[in-house]
Amino acid sequence: MAVETYLEAITHALAQEMERDERVMLMGEDIGSFGGAFKATYGLSEKFGAARVRDTPIAEAGIVGTAVGAAITGMRPVCEMQFADFVACAFDQIVNVAAKMHYRLGLAVPLTIRLPSGGGFAGGPFHSQNPEAWFMHAPGLKVFAPSTPRDAAGLLCTAIRDPNPVIFMENKSLYRRAKEEVPEVVEEIAPEAKVVREGEDLTVVAYGAMVGAALAAAEASGRSVEVIDLRTLVPLDLRTVMDSVAKTSRLLVVDEANETCAAGAQVAAAVGEHGFELLDAPVRRLATPDVPIPFSPPLEAAVLPGVESITKAIDELADY
Amino acid sequence: MATTAHREPVAPAGTPALGAADRLGLYEHMLLMRRVEEKGLSLYKQGKIPGSFYDGRGQEAIGVGATWALAAADVVCSPLIRDLGAHLVRGTDLASIFAHYMGRENELSHGREGNVHFGDRRLGVVGMVSMLPDMMVVACGCALSFRMRGEDRCALTFFGDGATSRGDWHEAMNWAAVDALPVVFVMENNHFAYSTPGSKQFKVDPIERAAGYGIASDSVDGNDPEAVFAAVHRARARGLEGGGPTLIEAVTMRMHGHGAHDSAEYAADLVAEWAERDPLDRYRTLLEADGLDPEPVAAAVEERIAAAVAAALAAPLPDPASAASGVFATGEPEPLGPGRAPWSGYREP
Ligand SMILES: Cc1ncc(C[n+]2csc(CCOP(=O)(O)OP(=O)(O)O)c2C)c(N)n1
Ligand SMILES: [Mg+2]
Repeated sequence: MAVETYLEAITHALAQEMERDERVMLMGEDIGSFGGAFKATYGLSEKFGAARVRDTPIAEAGIVGTAVGAAITGMRPVCEMQFADFVACAFDQIVNVAAKMHYRLGLAVPLTIRLPSGGGFAGGPFHSQNPEAWFMHAPGLKVFAPSTPRDAAGLLCTAIRDPNPVIFMENKSLYRRAKEEVPEVVEEIAPEAKVVREGEDLTVVAYGAMVGAALAAAEASGRSVEVIDLRTLVPLDLRTVMDSVAKTSRLLVVDEANETCAAGAQVAAAVGEHGFELLDAPVRRLATPDVPIPFSPPLEAAVLPGVESITKAIDELADY
Repeated sequence: MATTAHREPVAPAGTPALGAADRLGLYEHMLLMRRVEEKGLSLYKQGKIPGSFYDGRGQEAIGVGATWALAAADVVCSPLIRDLGAHLVRGTDLASIFAHYMGRENELSHGREGNVHFGDRRLGVVGMVSMLPDMMVVACGCALSFRMRGEDRCALTFFGDGATSRGDWHEAMNWAAVDALPVVFVMENNHFAYSTPGSKQFKVDPIERAAGYGIASDSVDGNDPEAVFAAVHRARARGLEGGGPTLIEAVTMRMHGHGAHDSAEYAADLVAEWAERDPLDRYRTLLEADGLDPEPVAAAVEERIAAAVAAALAAPLPDPASAASGVFATGEPEPLGPGRAPWSGYREP
């Protein structure tokens, strides 16, 4: 076991899967000897060769569509979008070609698409988005959103070995900040939520970068707060959420994504529908309001949820 | 009033030898396509096929001729609405096709799809999506994995003249050229995209763009199955030799509307003109002039269709309880299988 950053854990898992299965190949812009915009593939081209770590033209639809073709002819492609925002250019290939292929034709598409997502760096409206909900709404796609290095590595193995297209969200703010021990041999992780802090007074559900913020807010509030890391959005592990709400009777759902139809909206709707009798207070949501992510730091900070706003929401909900 | 000027195709050179059996086979599959679609249209009008109905009347020589040039391990990704013949050449079961059209239980789509939206994975055929020309890019990916594994296989994809305006066309052309992929692009230039003529679709003829991408091109008479066969045969050989993709233009015209709902008044003159060039009539006349008798083949086609329709009509409707199953795959993916490779040139002598 060595301490790795979230980014190192991803490189580690990619290398392991390429070693383990010669069908695994990487495709993306500048991912070859340059190692990718965030260096997630750094060193892999030298190790596995340029044929398996493919620099592609700037063609997001082409990257995904070509990967679909490779996947149905026996490869296990892992695509990198340079930033999650550019996945919009590949949207059609993902939702119409990849996602529906098994249902329509009985043809499995073992494909992983890595999306460096999220804000907080003055990236502005085109380098800060959290587009996971777009894909939750398209049947046939799995959506993973790990928050720790260990989960990133394990879930990436799960994604690569899965016979379906998986949208793999990598929150950029975690790349170098999140660090922990990662086992030498990375094992698959079942797509389930995880209770990352136990508590009695209320439950906070989050994923991605919001997990760390929720943990810090729980600490700051001085209350007995249970924090759940969803880890995967499709499948969505509502059982773990419901079990927690049965204990705490109060639920706060946090998304870094825009509020309307976000992953958290699905959690809130499910608890409203199936857990009404468990609740002592209305389900509370905290998300980025429905605005593009602004560039200027004070504007960006005003829209993204953070430790302060989560702590405030915890206090209000606990005192309801 | 049709305004598009259509160009006369350039006669192909270096045609590989097609024996009598090949030529009768080409005719048989073109006729099979014509008759399956005529039967389909009539079932549609009787209300036995739900939704809409599209066919490739007048374009049979393209799907059939192109696929005839493929080896068993090659992949068709994908036949479009004018290319039922490609499915037939690969060996797709006729009764399943009719049951699929009718939305009945069938092994191709289990009622989840209609029209020509199917592909028998076991025969190396990937079904199309509606979005044009998305499958061109997917074909590039098939060719890429063949290339990476050093396999002697190519991927073939079809698209219409109108589809050349979309971005995926460019992404596929550019990428295939950059990576010298063994992919064959078959463009069916039928002068119209629904009601839109080429003059409103592009300024530069798509076949001329091939040079700009650095890829080979070949324009052939799309109503001549042997010309289409020869062009694909050449393109396939080029691709396998590392010469990269080829853009083939098969010049043709629909013999009626875009779909069953369309009377094609916008192209009445051109439709009438091209009816004179019906690829089936032309080929039959040619075969007869060469001393071949297509009659037994034609009789067999009728029998097969009658049996297939009867079997399809007897198929149950899909179980409504199955509507939500199969969204996700489980276990090891089933691979694409080999199709039928009917050309005598691929068979052991
Ligand atoms: C991206 C996209 N937009 C619109 C349509 C609707 N549509 C179906 S067929 C068609 C015309 C296609 O023309 P062409 O590519 O020339 O093929 P043809 O029908 O002539 O064989 C259109 C617009 C579509 N299938 N895909
Ligand atoms: Mg057309």
